[in-house]
Amino acid sequence: MDDPTLVARWQFGFTILYHYLFPQLTMGLALLILILKSIYLRKRDERWNRSARFWGKIFAVNFVMGVVTGIPMEFQFGTNWAKFSVFAGGIIAQTLAMEGAFAFFLESAFLGLFLFGERRFGQRLHWFSALMVWLGTWASGYFIIATNAWMQHPVGYRSTPGGGVALADYWAVLLNPWIPAQYMHAMGGALLTGACVMSAVGAFYLLSHKHEAYGRIFVKVGVIAGLVASVFQLYPSGDWSGVQVSAKQPIKLAAMEGLFQTERGAGIAILGQPDMKAQRLDNPLVVPNALSFLTYRAWSAEIKGLDAFPRDQWPSSVPMLYYSYHIMVGLGTIMIAVMGLSGLLLWRRRLYQARWLLWGLMLMAPFPYIANSAGWMTAELGRQPWLVYGLLRTVDGASPTVSSGSIWFTLLGFAGMYAVMGMLFVLLVLREIAHGPEIGPAGPESALGVSA
Amino acid sequence: MATLWFVLVLFMLVMYVLLDGFDLGAGAIHVFVAKTDAERRMVLKAIGPVWDGNEVWLIAAGGTLFFSFPVLYASSFSGFYLPLMIVLWLLMIRGIAIELRSHLKHPMWATFWDAAFFVSSALLAVFLGAAAGNVIRGVPLDASGYFFEPLWTTFDPASPTPGILDWYTVLVGLLALAILVTHGANYLALKTEGALNARARRLALGGWGATLALTVPVTLSTFWLRPEMWGNFARAPWGAIFPLAAILGLIGMGVCLRRRREQGALVSSGAYMAGMMASSAFALYPRVLPAVDPAHDLTIHNAATSPYGMAVGLVWWSIGMVLAAIYFVFIYRLFRGKVSSEDGPY
Repeated sequence: MDDPTLVARWQFGFTILYHYLFPQLTMGLALLILILKSIYLRKRDERWNRSARFWGKIFAVNFVMGVVTGIPMEFQFGTNWAKFSVFAGGIIAQTLAMEGAFAFFLESAFLGLFLFGERRFGQRLHWFSALMVWLGTWASGYFIIATNAWMQHPVGYRSTPGGGVALADYWAVLLNPWIPAQYMHAMGGALLTGACVMSAVGAFYLLSHKHEAYGRIFVKVGVIAGLVASVFQLYPSGDWSGVQVSAKQPIKLAAMEGLFQTERGAGIAILGQPDMKAQRLDNPLVVPNALSFLTYRAWSAEIKGLDAFPRDQWPSSVPMLYYSYHIMVGLGTIMIAVMGLSGLLLWRRRLYQARWLLWGLMLMAPFPYIANSAGWMTAELGRQPWLVYGLLRTVDGASPTVSSGSIWFTLLGFAGMYAVMGMLFVLLVLREIAHGPEIGPAGPESALGVSA
Repeated sequence: MATLWFVLVLFMLVMYVLLDGFDLGAGAIHVFVAKTDAERRMVLKAIGPVWDGNEVWLIAAGGTLFFSFPVLYASSFSGFYLPLMIVLWLLMIRGIAIELRSHLKHPMWATFWDAAFFVSSALLAVFLGAAAGNVIRGVPLDASGYFFEPLWTTFDPASPTPGILDWYTVLVGLLALAILVTHGANYLALKTEGALNARARRLALGGWGATLALTVPVTLSTFWLRPEMWGNFARAPWGAIFPLAAILGLIGMGVCLRRRREQGALVSSGAYMAGMMASSAFALYPRVLPAVDPAHDLTIHNAATSPYGMAVGLVWWSIGMVLAAIYFVFIYRLFRGKVSSEDGPY
């Protein structure tokens, strides 16, 4: 409790988990809004435009929350992780600063235009601003993943006499081989969040017999996008991420899977509780040989267990990592099943009447949030005890002059503020959903009235 | 190369202060210039489409500072831990206040967010000024390049263990508040009509007087505390253009305000702020963060990243800034002119 590194980790973990609740929705919704707006321009059916505007309002509230909770992330590198910033700032700050220069300016400029400009500047520019906002949010995701990828898999650097690292190859950092799989998986997760939230709101409208015309639009778009995204999360993006981890971070893989002993033909544990004392899984329910096959495409391949690595290289919390990973995979499987079934019924034109499944879609709204948070925790807990994998340990990265008391103070400050902000946010979004898309003047002459 | 990045980081900070400065200032005065709910919504409408983009300059400047001078970033951010966290919270409250005020039509809700917007904007102005004051006065850096400053100690800027707040930094903070209020009032005068416009212009005039009155003691005490800041001006007299720009800005603002030249007044308050910031940076150079003990000064030489990193950064940074300039010109042109009460949200 008095260890500044530990409290700083809690603070970073807490603030980033909270922060990521918002951009994952905005990155997904940005694409879905662009789709709604594009369909409107094609069909000229006002309902699609109102749908785009309605989700634009939800987007705007989320975007603001994402921006204000994102600013602390950049600050914390310097405030809490000063030694890490000195060590690696010349490299990771390149990608962080590029996010500002290429993504934030784009997003903020065109979001203002999207929210305030429909009436004054017409439909084409409105569509264009939706496109730019989408590009901005996804570019933002790219630069963050590139930053994180360098911490997971450092490339393009050289060691300096002072004990730090310096940038040696810019393109190697920007085109880090770690990026594609992770980026695809993160964006797929974001789209899944957007799709699940959209179909959940649609299902709510259909179940409660309010705004039913919009409910059908939301369910249709949400289920189609959700089906694509959830399958994409399993294959290829999830599969690729798994193979990548097994190749570059075998300790992380062993801890994720709860594999304590090295095995040929290792199985995948569906259930089981890691027992750190006995170094085994309690109550295991295992699919035999599956892990070996998924990793090496060979049923009897050898997978290294935790026992193959020195104890001080193990992730600091094996059980937390194990559960994060299993929660992500478990919820992902449920989402594929529900979205698959909904897609089938949609195709057969029976989904809008299948109330039991609409209930399922509605109640599934929190799942992608939990799964994405768990996925992030899997990636990051698995990187421990390293701050920069193989180069800098977490204990050597914290600020030398900041006491644990100061970090506690700010951690509590963030917690209190985020609690209030979270309540207000939920209140506003629920109100927006209760109002529905029909509030506000009709027609292209009406701006996206935040106060309408 | 390090000198160039010193200038570029300064440029981004100046852009932040010029742009976010007017919406900060607008926040610090809106409860005085806008009396009714409709008027307050006009204030929000004047800054609504642009405030978020303006604040991006701070984030981008932070990122640029981080990669070009990582040692400075690490040292100053961990040293200014507490005030930076407070700045963060204020930025967050302010952003939320601007965006959430219009979501519920209830007078209590609006009053609450008006108060939050006012308090956070005004305190931010003071804190940003106090931060500048700390950088000018110097901080207790040790040989390893780190320090930690408490919020206050003895309020004596000459003490070997200064705090964030002492009489000098508070004075700079008040000057920052005065000029940002003036800048914000100039912007609101430019963007509004009627009673709101008249009150904004009156407030700008008052703010101008306060700025004038505070500039003198701040300048005098700066040179009294850090006489070595004369050095660069003595060595390179061309640097006098920066303080000259500030003085011209101050004079021009007075003239424009009297002649009701709203655009000229806004440009003048901008010139004053840019001139003051550039003068300070010019006087500090090559130091980026002076220490109480000059042997431990952080300079562009011991705080900068590798030459290769600075070189590639220059390429993408230039592209990014051209793009950002295009967006900003585009957006400000689209939303130019006075805001009216009929159309649009807020």
